[in-house]
Amino acid sequence: MQAPHRLDTIFAALADPTRRAILARLASGEASVTELAGPFAMSQPAISKHLKVLERAGLVSRGRDAQRRPRRLEPKRLGEATKWLERYRRLWEGNYQRLDALLDQLKAKEPTPGDRQ
Amino acid sequence: MTTAGTLKLTTPGERDLVMTRSFDAPRQLVFDAHTKPALVRRWLLGPPGWSMPVCEIDLRVGGTYRYVWQHDRDGTKMGMGGVYREIKMPERIVNTEKFDEAWYPGEALGTLVLVEQGGKTTLTYTMRYESRAARDAVIKSNMESGVAASYDRLAELLAEPVHQ
Repeated sequence: MQAPHRLDTIFAALADPTRRAILARLASGEASVTELAGPFAMSQPAISKHLKVLERAGLVSRGRDAQRRPRRLEPKRLGEATKWLERYRRLWEGNYQRLDALLDQLKAKEPTPGDRQ
Repeated sequence: MTTAGTLKLTTPGERDLVMTRSFDAPRQLVFDAHTKPALVRRWLLGPPGWSMPVCEIDLRVGGTYRYVWQHDRDGTKMGMGGVYREIKMPERIVNTEKFDEAWYPGEALGTLVLVEQGGKTTLTYTMRYESRAARDAVIKSNMESGVAASYDRLAELLAEPVHQ
């Protein structure tokens, strides 16, 4: 249960569709702010603002090249957040797989599905 | 057994956790499975090894529900409950939820929405927590505290192609 703040920051960073799109773009290789702004109907300062949030969450870092200052994805940090979500998802998927089986039984018992209590 | 769909879990807002999944059954059955105790206790069980000895549902606005799970081996109990705020049969339920030994601040608000199309039902369950920190605490805890080891067994179970 350590570093809850970090998880907060990661989820907050992931909550925005533009930031998720930026991450998806960076997953295919590093890119400069200009290159990132290209596909979005957004100004460079707006993109920079999103990048700052992603950097603060540790999801994105800056490359060496001083001129381009390319941003790149930090997949390890992203993995931390998705790992927790995946475990939670699996827990509920277990419930819902049982529900699938139950619904199959109830369907077989039609036409009085609502008569059990 | 039919596999209707896989569960999608997203965190669209700061305080929300949203689950979406489709079921190969009419909406009324999915609604019943969420509101009739005899049905609820057959699937809402969490990790393997838990059963649900208490499942009380007073399905009306202002009515309460109460769930208690028990670990079959060591007898550990975990309880939760809340109040129904909105009920629209068979498509929508809004209720509060709070665990007896809540590890996160405040009450959560759960909204269940069922949409039927072509005999299949899409379920969307949105849980809104009091704060972002509370939501994240829930994700990190996987809904319960003391049985982390169970998850490995759960993972093994789910890795098998089909289980009942």
